[in-house]
Amino acid sequence: MTAKDYALMPRNGYFGPYGGRFVPETLISALDQLEREYRRAMADPIFIDEFDRCLRQIAGRPSELYFASRLTQKLGGAKIYLKREDMNHTGAHKINNTLGQALLTLRMGKKRVIAETGAGQHGVATATAAAVFGLECEVYMGTEDIRRQALNVFRMQLLGARVAPVSSGQCTLKDALNEAMRDWMGSVSGTHYIIGSVAGPAPFPEMVREFQSCIGREARRQMLSAEGRLPDLLIACVGGGSNAAGLFAPMIEDESVRMVGVEAGGRSLKLGDHAATLSAGAPGVLHGAKSYVLQDADGNTAPVHSISAGLDYPGVGPEHAYWKDTGRVEYLPCSDEQALDAVVTLAHTEGIIPALESAHAVAEAVVRAPKMGKDRIILICLSGRGDKDCNEIAMLLEKRK
Amino acid sequence: MLDQNRLTIAFASLRAADKKTVLPFITAGYPDLDTTIDLLAAFRRQGVRVCELGIPFSDPVADGPVIQASYTEVLGRGLTGSEIFQAVAEYRRREAAACAADGLPSLALMAMVSYSIIFRHGPENYLAQAAAAGIDALIVPDLPLEESAALTPQAQERGLCNILLVSPMTPPPRRLQIAKASRGFLYYISVAGITGERKRLPEETIQAVADLRRQVDIPICIGFGISSPQTVAQVCSVADGAIVGSAIVHRIADAAKAGAGHDELVARVADFVGELLAPLR
Ligand SMILES: Cc1ncc(COP(=O)(O)O)c(C=O)c1O
Repeated sequence: MTAKDYALMPRNGYFGPYGGRFVPETLISALDQLEREYRRAMADPIFIDEFDRCLRQIAGRPSELYFASRLTQKLGGAKIYLKREDMNHTGAHKINNTLGQALLTLRMGKKRVIAETGAGQHGVATATAAAVFGLECEVYMGTEDIRRQALNVFRMQLLGARVAPVSSGQCTLKDALNEAMRDWMGSVSGTHYIIGSVAGPAPFPEMVREFQSCIGREARRQMLSAEGRLPDLLIACVGGGSNAAGLFAPMIEDESVRMVGVEAGGRSLKLGDHAATLSAGAPGVLHGAKSYVLQDADGNTAPVHSISAGLDYPGVGPEHAYWKDTGRVEYLPCSDEQALDAVVTLAHTEGIIPALESAHAVAEAVVRAPKMGKDRIILICLSGRGDKDCNEIAMLLEKRK
Repeated sequence: MLDQNRLTIAFASLRAADKKTVLPFITAGYPDLDTTIDLLAAFRRQGVRVCELGIPFSDPVADGPVIQASYTEVLGRGLTGSEIFQAVAEYRRREAAACAADGLPSLALMAMVSYSIIFRHGPENYLAQAAAAGIDALIVPDLPLEESAALTPQAQERGLCNILLVSPMTPPPRRLQIAKASRGFLYYISVAGITGERKRLPEETIQAVADLRRQVDIPICIGFGISSPQTVAQVCSVADGAIVGSAIVHRIADAAKAGAGHDELVARVADFVGELLAPLR
């Protein structure tokens, strides 16, 4: 298969065999409306200009492409660049998507937005966009994540959002998504559901990827101007897969660029101990789409574990499933311990405290860079900053002693 | 292929007798499979013709808190899908003898099951298991019209109806398309939202079903929010049947929590279903 076959335009909502709309009939007309509005908006120069303006003035884009010289030196191999999504307003890539979807909400004439959140980053980014545009905002969050991410809960509330605790199932991200979906079933005529990753029913996976593609478009341009060539390897962490898709998609047809998605390997690769959906799961249906999932033999969603709340999810975006099957992108797990080590390494060498999610991508570079020549280039998506994780990191480091 | 199907037969004979019906929903295996089997038998004796069995699922997005809690509890005990099918097969064995004795017709059984489960087992395999166990129809709440195009004919080949759903959010032309593609009956969701009990249903729903009634011949049943003999009477003024879920499951939960013994629980819940049927007798 050649790179040209990676059509970024899904066919009827499908990327190869993955994607679709596995949702109750009640949501179909809302998804139709959303898809219509999304396609119209993307063809409307006024929308594109307004979105660009929001990315510049609100998110603070473009984010820097930063040469990590001391990390490069320490690892002694490939040159390492960081795409600094951690420098965005609100501290992660999530704001790119919420600004795009909030603008669409206004176009649809809806006054309220809802969201699910795990790490709280998408919740904060949604609450921020809602405040910017004067939309009512409610964020569903598992009680376990509320505990792990207390700072982000407060930030959402300070931004005027209501945080709705979810205590069903495992009390984490997938349960928050179920609850948001239930809310939407009853509120769909006046509410838009801002899904936070490239997951869910069509058109969400394609739309969120497009709103996140500023990451890869900027990085490609910045790399050409810094090095006069494209990177050899892209590395991004994969929860639902939005920062990875945003980085990969604009370079998916650049055949010389290899791509790696890093999943949460947790404690081990035993079912229940990790959230490495593509590495260890199988095709299935969850949250409105066909993709890889972590399930038991009956199709019930398996429990998942990761130290990173944002990667603690038993599904993954359908386009990643397609990229995996076609071999375009390689997916592999990184353990809790490796990720924690990477936090410390990046903090010491570059003065950057990464989000626990992003640390998974850094950890893979720590493994690969020394094995690559000094003329090679690795580009890591540093999807977010670690401020939100400091309590958790302190606790984890304490446990190690 | 479907003329021998119990669901098709049930609605044909109800219509011939100018009768409407109540379709009770229970969660399979809640509080245990013996109770499920005995509830089905008791419902049949009450005159129920069609019953819906909820197959517990970890992430049911269309279900409200009552049904979701029952699913969580059953899954927590490790009940598997094949144990549920075994129980259905056991029910069918006992039913054959009971029908011969009392002359009442057998129940049409519908499995309400997430496509996540069907896909995991492989649709062909799942349909074969369901049909062999004695299931007559599937309701797959997360499989809308477009995605059901493959499953409906596959189900039909095995003599199973795939029942499609229409919601108040469905535009009228699409309602007709769905009605055309549905088998057995058309499931009309009374309100945009999740399952749960409501005092009265919106007048627009009744009006919308009356309108649809004039345009399509397939039986129409209304579900979501029906909780009392009054709401049953309200919806059956226009529909062929009323599907009652949360109101029944919550009575099962209450009885189980109050420590009611097996027989008492079954009797209480069957009495409630009898009350629901009363306005239609
Ligand atoms: C900083 C950061 N990176 C990554 C993720 C994972 O999401 P995705 O895979 O969609 O980029 C999250 C999710 O909360 C996050 O906060």
